Amino acid sequence: MLRAYVIVFLLFLYAPILLLPVFAFNSGTVIAFPLDGFTLHWFAELAVTKALHEAVVNSLIIAAVTAVISTALGVAAARAGVRYRFPGKAAALGLIMVPLVLPEIIVAVSLLVVVVQIMGWDLSMGTIIAAHVLICTPFATAILNASFQNLDPSLEEAAVDLGESRSSTFRLITLPLIMPGIIAALLISFTISLDEFIIAFFLSGSEPTLPVYIWSMLRFPRLIPVVMALGTILVVLSVLLLTLAEISRRRGLRRAGVKDKGGFL
Amino acid sequence: MIDQIETGARVNQEAKRGWVLVSVPLFYTILLMAAPLTAIFVFSFWSQDFLTLDTTMTLKNYREAFSEPLYAELLSRSIGIAGAVTLVTVVLAFPVAYFVSFHVAPERKSLWLFLITIPFWTSYLLRIFLWKVILGFNGVLNTSLQGIGFIEEPLTFILYNANAVVITLAHAFAPFAILPIFVALEKIDRSLLEAARDLGENAVMTFVRVTLPLAMPGVVAATLIVFIPTVGDYVTPRLVGGPNGLMIANMIQTQFLRLNNAPMGAALAVIAMTTVTVMALLLLAATRKWMRGGGR
Amino acid sequence: MSLISIENVHKHYGDYHALRDINLEVGQGEFFSLLGPSGCGKTTLLRTIAGFEDVSSGQVRIGGASMIGVPANQRPTNMVFQSYAIFPHMSVAENVGFGLRKSSLSGAEKATAVGEALEMVGLNGFGARAAHALSGGQRQRVALARALILKPKVLLLDEPLSALDKKMREQMQSELRRLQRQVGITFILVTHDQEEALIMSDRIAVMFDGKIAQLDPPPQLYTRPANRQVAEFIGVMTFLPGNRRADTLEVAGLGHVTLSPDQIIGAEGDVRVGLRPESMTILFDDMAAEPSNRVAQGTVEDLAYYGDMTMYEVRLAGAPRPVTVSMRNLPGRPVLARGDAARVVWDPAALMAFGPVD
Repeated sequence: MLRAYVIVFLLFLYAPILLLPVFAFNSGTVIAFPLDGFTLHWFAELAVTKALHEAVVNSLIIAAVTAVISTALGVAAARAGVRYRFPGKAAALGLIMVPLVLPEIIVAVSLLVVVVQIMGWDLSMGTIIAAHVLICTPFATAILNASFQNLDPSLEEAAVDLGESRSSTFRLITLPLIMPGIIAALLISFTISLDEFIIAFFLSGSEPTLPVYIWSMLRFPRLIPVVMALGTILVVLSVLLLTLAEISRRRGLRRAGVKDKGGFL
Repeated sequence: MIDQIETGARVNQEAKRGWVLVSVPLFYTILLMAAPLTAIFVFSFWSQDFLTLDTTMTLKNYREAFSEPLYAELLSRSIGIAGAVTLVTVVLAFPVAYFVSFHVAPERKSLWLFLITIPFWTSYLLRIFLWKVILGFNGVLNTSLQGIGFIEEPLTFILYNANAVVITLAHAFAPFAILPIFVALEKIDRSLLEAARDLGENAVMTFVRVTLPLAMPGVVAATLIVFIPTVGDYVTPRLVGGPNGLMIANMIQTQFLRLNNAPMGAALAVIAMTTVTVMALLLLAATRKWMRGGGR
Repeated sequence: MSLISIENVHKHYGDYHALRDINLEVGQGEFFSLLGPSGCGKTTLLRTIAGFEDVSSGQVRIGGASMIGVPANQRPTNMVFQSYAIFPHMSVAENVGFGLRKSSLSGAEKATAVGEALEMVGLNGFGARAAHALSGGQRQRVALARALILKPKVLLLDEPLSALDKKMREQMQSELRRLQRQVGITFILVTHDQEEALIMSDRIAVMFDGKIAQLDPPPQLYTRPANRQVAEFIGVMTFLPGNRRADTLEVAGLGHVTLSPDQIIGAEGDVRVGLRPESMTILFDDMAAEPSNRVAQGTVEDLAYYGDMTMYEVRLAGAPRPVTVSMRNLPGRPVLARGDAARVVWDPAALMAFGPVD
């Protein structure tokens, strides 16, 4: 009974994703059943849509920069949280995690107010990156927390005891052992940024990101089969990235000799 | 003991290192979150007349927010929808978390969690859009049900209203609800359940008296983590909500981007945030009291 | 001159005193143990020698040189960690050779040194193994080889055997002893296991609450404990209430005893009289009491049978609680049952009187 329920629930979870390719390869222009026939036309159309390519490039740049910065911030926060005791630690780390539960619309409008109304700056890819780093850092911190917690502190002491300095210990011992966590954090941040819409919608200037571009396409029924084709590609890419992140995380656990206790969050 | 340790000599050095490390991400969060939130708060006391921003402090926006019935309706609808989404999501998620924690072999658990989280990481916009496709007048659900002769006329109560918003958001936040409940269930010492059985409870009573109370922290976490962002959701109402499914975030967006009345939008954002925070704190206080008093 | 000298060392975290007025000297080539219950400060003391903790006041010298302000990576000490701290991303050889990274040895010389170190701990041919594929005992040996390859003046061992099972622990105890004699390096061992400390050490410092309660070779520690806390911690000792005036002791169940000075610890008045199980004997038919010994009548209240010996709880007539008596189970000798009468022979020279203020 329970198993049957869980299977139905998984179907519910996967229903939208499974429908994407169905319509992406359907030659009918209306997104509804019954299906017409098989076509690759919508994918071909993607290849010649120049505005889309620009949006993809914008999104990739934003996602890559966001991933690097938020992972670096995550390393600092997780390291401080796991390794050191200091007054105000719980409050400081709690504050860093707050964007995780803050509605994105609030992040978006508050930054919009500051950037446009108060500072008088133009919106740009930079403003999106700044906001994306804010919401990705808690995810990176959570992943890296697990990595640092799995790291026996006496490993670092042993390296110092054997003559290494603080910095060479970090390079020779700490970094290799948390590397799987770093890779997982990079990939997760990258994926979140690539897919984020609300903040990008509020903060993008003349350079739309991919989700913002998709949003604009959704208003034109003619373009929707193309969006389906694009979505199919994105889903495949995301699953690929996530699988890599998961493999990396598991390798890290195995290397640290720790039993697997579950997923990212 | 910890307080005492924090004043020692070497520990001061350790504290310094910790602060240096944490200060970078902390500074970033303050600069990009705490400061803008403060700005929004200040902004909500200003006013705007077309293009000129008046920086005199006034309660005008709040007076308008509380006197104009549309705002109150949007806010209460947002909370109602978010509440329904939270209830549906947590109730639907619990059996799944329970299944993975209690009925899946330990070495396969992370694979299951991975399966559950994948849909969550794939395009947010497209997932919502596809629910529109599924639930629409000529949508997947209606054509299939008609195809098998289950219904004569297409169902219309499932799109462009609050129901559609609830279904779509319950889908979007499912992993957020499953994971914390799963974590709480995993922490339950299995011998406690055997002990309950050993002491004569049947399976159902063991679940009610042992498993459920111990899973409560996870349920509370799931509730908060679904409820808070849901109140502020903006895309789902726009795509599947129809005119009667719009929420407060849509109005905030309108004030900022369409009506160019940022102070009014800021006031609405402050009101929405305060409401959500108060509700979250009330929930936490209630569960804390319940946990201490009754239950176990 | 002693190799390590610790002078008036204090270590406190705010109001919490982890170490109080520690003074000790450890000689070259000595096997020295820090023994005590958890939280007594023994690990903190070890870590101040290693350089992982600073002292609040006092002086730590190794080979005459002050170690105050010298970081761990510049001290002539190496450590075997409780968790062994084997680097999981490196092979056995890389682990053992880790400390040689900055040395001036050539690659071939390093490889030779690693090979010798592995041979010393009985891990010939294990160099290419992955660290995570090792058993507990093997990890322990890798940790030893890794620490000894740098030829430290002092090897520090933090509860190195606590993660091993009983058989493995006993085997490693004798191996550590052998290894220490072979390399001639000073070992300082931290342990909470009094038996382990007695077996392995030349001298033992027993610590309670951040202070050294007694510092002696094992036999003195066992036979002449400095106070009741030490006596209770080392081996088994049962206590009977008594009253002492000068050298005259009156013990419930045992009667009058005249004490020699070294049996007296603390003030006179109401005292606790300590008896070791092996200092008493149950008199069977085939045995005769030594003339200097005395005999008391009692009843067996409980017993624990160990195979080679039996521990009896015997209530002596007039005593408020039973005493523990150990008897070897010689062939033909019966094992008494609960409720049996027992004649207990005891040696007045073996008991100790602990005064009220110890």
